[in-house]
Amino acid sequence: MAIHKQSVKEHILEIVSDAGEGAQKAGEVFAKTAARMGNGLWTEAIIPAEIQPPAHGVRSSSGIRIRFGSDFVSNGGDLTNLALVFNEMSLLSRLQIGSLADDVIVIIDDIWSKDPSREIREHYRELLDGIRQRGGRVVEVPLQEETLKIVEEPNPGKNMFALGLLGFVYERNQKLLAAVVSEAFQAKPAEVLRSNLKLLDAGYQWAKVHLDFQFEVPGMQSRKPMLAMNGNQALALGSIAAGFELCSMYPITPATSVSQYLAAIFEEFGGFVHQAEDELAAIGVALGANFAGKPAFTVTSGPGMALKTEFMGLAVMTEIPLVVIDVQRGGPSTGLPTKVEQGDLLSSIFATPGDAPKVVLAASSIGDCFKLMQTARRIAEDFRMLVILLSDANLASGVQLFERPELMLDEIARPMSAGTSHKGDLAYDWQEETGLSKRLIPGRSKEVGMTSSLNHSPAGLVRSDTESNELAHRMRSHKLAALQQALKPPALHGAEQGELLVVGWGSTRGAIEEAVDRLRAAGQRVSSLHLVFLNPLPPGLKEIFGRFKQVMCVEINYADAADDAFVGEGRRYSQLAFLLRAQTLVDVDCFARVCGRALRPMEIAEVLEKKLGGSP
Amino acid sequence: MDQLPIDEFLTDLCPFEKQLDLDDYLGEAPRWCQGCGDLGILTAVQKLLRDNQAEPTEVVCVSGIGCSSRFPYYLKAFGFHGIHGRALPISTGVALANPKLKVLTVMGDGDCFSIGAGHWVHAIRYNVNLLAMVLDNEIYGLTREQTSPTTPLGTRTRTTPKGAFLPPLNPLQLMLGVSNLSFLAQTATWLPQHLLATLQQAYRHQGLAFVRILQHCPVFSPQAFGEGGKDAELMEFLYHVQGIAIDPALERFGGRREHDPADLATAQRLASEREREPLGLLYQNPDLPSYETIRHAALAHPSPAEKLTLLNRRLDRLAPEG
Ligand SMILES: Cc1ncc(C[n+]2csc(CCOP(=O)(O)OP(=O)(O)O)c2C)c(N)n1
Ligand code: SF4
Repeated sequence: MAIHKQSVKEHILEIVSDAGEGAQKAGEVFAKTAARMGNGLWTEAIIPAEIQPPAHGVRSSSGIRIRFGSDFVSNGGDLTNLALVFNEMSLLSRLQIGSLADDVIVIIDDIWSKDPSREIREHYRELLDGIRQRGGRVVEVPLQEETLKIVEEPNPGKNMFALGLLGFVYERNQKLLAAVVSEAFQAKPAEVLRSNLKLLDAGYQWAKVHLDFQFEVPGMQSRKPMLAMNGNQALALGSIAAGFELCSMYPITPATSVSQYLAAIFEEFGGFVHQAEDELAAIGVALGANFAGKPAFTVTSGPGMALKTEFMGLAVMTEIPLVVIDVQRGGPSTGLPTKVEQGDLLSSIFATPGDAPKVVLAASSIGDCFKLMQTARRIAEDFRMLVILLSDANLASGVQLFERPELMLDEIARPMSAGTSHKGDLAYDWQEETGLSKRLIPGRSKEVGMTSSLNHSPAGLVRSDTESNELAHRMRSHKLAALQQALKPPALHGAEQGELLVVGWGSTRGAIEEAVDRLRAAGQRVSSLHLVFLNPLPPGLKEIFGRFKQVMCVEINYADAADDAFVGEGRRYSQLAFLLRAQTLVDVDCFARVCGRALRPMEIAEVLEKKLGGSP
Repeated sequence: MDQLPIDEFLTDLCPFEKQLDLDDYLGEAPRWCQGCGDLGILTAVQKLLRDNQAEPTEVVCVSGIGCSSRFPYYLKAFGFHGIHGRALPISTGVALANPKLKVLTVMGDGDCFSIGAGHWVHAIRYNVNLLAMVLDNEIYGLTREQTSPTTPLGTRTRTTPKGAFLPPLNPLQLMLGVSNLSFLAQTATWLPQHLLATLQQAYRHQGLAFVRILQHCPVFSPQAFGEGGKDAELMEFLYHVQGIAIDPALERFGGRREHDPADLATAQRLASEREREPLGLLYQNPDLPSYETIRHAALAHPSPAEKLTLLNRRLDRLAPEG
């Protein structure tokens, strides 16, 4: 058969099955192989809502979405080019969320065309016709049938046949693919590995005979040392690199895996994970440990943040350093537990009753998740502050290939900073302007000190007079000002001035910058700014905003649409827009959605084009 | 002749100067009401630390919120006046961070048995090495006379002006049902020697030593515990060679009963029947490992350089070529 081979700069591939059929595993092996072949990479897990959902349903779909290419990949990209689905319900689930490109290639198990149930047969036909009608291509393959020639049980097993098939479609190095499969099944009995390798090869050989197309996705040119991991793994490893010794937590999706990665390895580094009885105890233990000189952090998601609020106020009041990670999910309340949202920005900054100045940072990439753990700890200790580090469900399970960070001996072994040990030292010896002070640490200081949740004097004694209350508030607030003065103005992506400035934060960075690049390539005068520091905001924003005619935030949270006819002057803005408007008095607009998934570069580009008033 | 520059050679650690006396444990002047039982507990704790020559900088006293939780201000040690109900998690963090510190946790009945109830049960199960005291006056003091979980049925309080609706929570019964309990004793503020002897035994215990102290509050619950111990019929002292010694003078405060603190079933029965309030050591298991001992035993102690190597090795596995 003549094979049509096409070379592409990148491709988006989905492998989707019923939960338990192993699409995710196959995808992980594919992604790892791609990384080793030098492809830039971003993968997203497709996770069903239940642990063992009923089979053959839209909600039972489980799998992986892999964007890989010849360049560094910073986000999940636009629409899927090729979907390998194990049944028609898996296909339907992807159609329903609008994930597939019109010209998508769908590879599907043809067993359903022969299913005893007429309903299934018809549904299968209907869906495939639909794909063809919208310009897609359907490739029916005997996935289960061929698998059964090699093993007695099709599941798992089909996944390896499918992987072999994809190995042919994407011209993967066969030896490498087999090696990665071997690594993946290292812990399994040799027999399992043997049959998996057989299936892998069978898939490849079957495709070679029956398929007439192939894609070539060359690797990247630059070969700097790289790492592939997801954001939660990066937070976990980053916490070790930052010298943390205790992670005190209570399980909550999508934050839990940070502590799970740590639980498996932390002890060999001298640290450990404490699973507390609830979120209040989790933060309480972390706070108590920091108080007594052991660097500790807590990690949670929205509902847990709500519960930790009173303790966060205590951390601010007592000026005990503390890092809280919030891996954001859809809210309010239980919301969308497995899905992404950037809904906790304002509550992170403001939710603590009373005036409680704290630092809020947001990771914008997997690499940030790793690095910002160090930043967060240093700020927490040097400024005696609460630092909230925001990540989200998109970063949590997205695997990215990024430049390997250099590890530093100073960071990994950083002693708890700024303890004082002289007789006569005060618990809150605030510097007049900056509010900075050194701590008395139990077991290390020669002086005892009182740590109090009540308003207190520099000596830590309870005070309720106006003067000391105003002083203490000013001192806590000045620490934020001192930190802001130490920050650099943020760097622009694109030109220094222009028509439109897009401002974002968190995991949307890659998609926003890609959208901006596309529009700039088409001649539009648009730039973007991505904020890592959200409280305090970096200096110079107002001046930067002044260089653009329009400023607009793009976020994954709720805002009333500008053209919502029902909403009058009370339009509610997205969270960063709210903050920037208040801080700069610039009329910042916003585009925000609570779509429960990553924003796509193309939808951002479309919004920006509209804002710019025309098409490129 | 010049004076000998002896001061230069004397450090804080000079063994001859080391004797700590009661003054060394005095914090701010207490601001509790006159006749408040908390005052006696403060004195007992100061004597306890003096008797054990505990270095104030090595003692951490953590509390929640309430009259009783003002305790750390009045004791010279590292003090942490926290938030309502959460003294135990903070204490757990301190104990996990530095097992060498002596942790004293002070709570009120509302603080521990109501808002902090979740932590209470779990702290017992974790069995962290600390001395936990609940100063139980069967009422909310600081917020001025609302009902507490231990307020007796029918008691008029400001939130139950016609009398408390429910039978009170029985904290001893509950604690004796929690797995991994390692030490539980009860004493009272009007029995200074018994109080000190109980705290002494708790102080020596390895693990979580829980002491419920019946606390006389002359302002909001003067009638509680037979008007603060005036009715000998209500109380019963537990004695045993392994328990807390009682002196004959105590007879006017209550009856006596021999009770082996290793006998959990009897302790449970005594606590649940509640014919008389048992005073003394209800239960002690000296062999249970504390949580921090378990956790710290599993830890490696790599040098910074070794940590760096280990982490680099972990990263190698995540490198595409690795
Ligand atoms: C979260 C929270 N809820 C309520 C309060 C108000 N509050 C302060 S102390 C207290 C109860 C005090 O009673 P108890 O714990 O028995 O201690 P006591 O004052 O009797 O020693 C309450 C409800 C608070 N400070 N924080
Ligand atoms: S109200 Fe009661 S418990 Fe509070 S200080 Fe006064 S006497 Fe003590």
